[in-house]
Amino acid sequence: MALIELQNITKTYIVGEVSQQALKGISLSVGKGAFVSVVGPSGSGKTTLLNIIGCLDKPSGGKAVIDGQEVNHLGRKDGARFRGENLGFIFQAFNLIPVLSVFENVEYPLQMIKNEPAPQRREKVRETLQAVGMLEQAHKLPDQISGGQKQRVAIARALVTRPKLVLADEPTASLDHETAFNVIRLMRGMRDAYGTTFLFSTHDPRIVGEAETIHTLEDGLLVPNASEETPS
Amino acid sequence: MTNILKIAARNLRRYRRRTMLTALLIMLGVALVILFSGLSGSFKSMMIGIITDSNLGHMQVHRKGYVASIDTLPLNMNMTAEDYAALQDSLKASPGIEAYAPRLKLGAMLSNFMETTNIRVTAVDPEAELKVSPALSGRLRSRAWTERGHFLAPGEIVVPLKIAVALGVKEGDSVVLVATNSEGSVNGLTFTVVGFAEDVLGPQGKDGFIHFEDAKTLLRITGQEVSEVALRVNDFRNMNAVQQAIQKKIAAVHDPDGKPRLELHSWADLSPFANIAKIIDLLTMTMRIIMIGIVLISVLNVMLMSVYERVREIGTIAAIGTPPGKILSLFLAEGVCLGLLGTLGGCAAGLSGILLLNLFKVRFTFAQMQLVLNPSISLMEIVTVSAIVLCMSVAATLQPAWKASRMEPVEALRHV
Repeated sequence: MALIELQNITKTYIVGEVSQQALKGISLSVGKGAFVSVVGPSGSGKTTLLNIIGCLDKPSGGKAVIDGQEVNHLGRKDGARFRGENLGFIFQAFNLIPVLSVFENVEYPLQMIKNEPAPQRREKVRETLQAVGMLEQAHKLPDQISGGQKQRVAIARALVTRPKLVLADEPTASLDHETAFNVIRLMRGMRDAYGTTFLFSTHDPRIVGEAETIHTLEDGLLVPNASEETPS
Repeated sequence: MTNILKIAARNLRRYRRRTMLTALLIMLGVALVILFSGLSGSFKSMMIGIITDSNLGHMQVHRKGYVASIDTLPLNMNMTAEDYAALQDSLKASPGIEAYAPRLKLGAMLSNFMETTNIRVTAVDPEAELKVSPALSGRLRSRAWTERGHFLAPGEIVVPLKIAVALGVKEGDSVVLVATNSEGSVNGLTFTVVGFAEDVLGPQGKDGFIHFEDAKTLLRITGQEVSEVALRVNDFRNMNAVQQAIQKKIAAVHDPDGKPRLELHSWADLSPFANIAKIIDLLTMTMRIIMIGIVLISVLNVMLMSVYERVREIGTIAAIGTPPGKILSLFLAEGVCLGLLGTLGGCAAGLSGILLLNLFKVRFTFAQMQLVLNPSISLMEIVTVSAIVLCMSVAATLQPAWKASRMEPVEALRHV
């Protein structure tokens, strides 16, 4: 069974009297453990698509099913619970909490959302930081580490709850080429280690090839025959 | 909940500058409320103490209607010997009463054989009077008092200082008191001046003093007739309860037709300072409202700024799955911790201020009296102020916390 099942998803934004259709009927299926990229130029609807899959936004039409649950109509509270239990997020700007150390940033979801007891929580954080190669920097604040390191911490934060799906919106956009490659390879390594499905958006053609499956979005539509399998 | 409190406390520690600034404002508000309450309460208690301990007593019992006519000191409205005897029995059986003193009040003419003036005279039983008015001795200038240990004996008079100065009367001089009794008969007696009474607040502060037995002779009274009985309670804080108990007892002294013959007045009914005391209470309340308003506005402002500055953070924690209720709780917990921190600091600062004022003994003059400030504040008042400030902190945090919890993650994440 597919982890993500989208059927004819549309999204229309209305600003004043102007309406703009960001997604014009997207149907998509992503299997468990996949490493998938959504590519396309700016404004093509990548972020909107990820927001809908991530239950951060609601589609105007169509049906979105994640891990067997229809998420179109989830309320604020249920949406938060669903995200906390099933999803991890990696943001373009890292979105680490500036006053918390690397360790505390990664610990936050376990402490605030999962309510895990401190000993297990700390063990999981150490393990995840070790996996992303950031355990040595655990005591540092986000502004004391580089952009690539910040994104590693963000990956650790997304993975520490062991979600089924990690959504990464332009995770390499703020990084140089080599660091971007390292981050994507790290994500794929994490997929291999934990079996987590990764779906990331990018408009950087140089790292697109790292994905196993590529979906191309143009002007709110998936371009036909754009998917292709690439060797891992 | 423990996790939320820990995270809230950690956030406050990490956003140190903002936390310190707000906590300082709350501290300042609480400290000023405590200090002002301590000072105003101390001033009020001191003034009440001076008034009640110098001559008024905590309560007074009169024949019904006497107080309404007190300006003329009507001798025909004195308490009868029978009523006084019944009252004495009641007072002796009242555990809340520490002492009582009978007084006879009269208007008279005072002459030094050269000049004559009118004078209000209070005839007292010196021993009983000093038990009811222990501070009276402090308001007397009397060699007799310092040398003999009692201020008045039969044949002696204490003259109000202003009259003594005006007439040029000195200690040891002879003066004559001439008075008309309730039947219209005029009589005079010669007295030796043994001291002078300084002014205290109220018209009674201008009274001269003679011995009770001399007054009976001067007015040709044969029985134990009294104008008023001044009462002193054991514990001033329990005065209302004692007053109610005495009130019930004196209600038993009544005419055959059931009308009460005696009436009881507290110091507040008799002294104009009671109105000043009410103004002091009002000022204290106003000060509290202003200070608590400062706390409310400070916390509200800081928490609003906190939410505004942390929109992206709120968006992130909401996106990763933090339920809205937990976001609300987190910001509320921050407000409560901030309020608690400021309140504890404010209590410490306010109490330190009170301690310092007590150590350094601040003196000042009020209505010709040299006063020493001795501020104090009750535990109950501290608890009340702290509870109000904490509630205000929570109230001020509610709106920003609600705003944070209602943010759409996708909108908050777009915030720059």
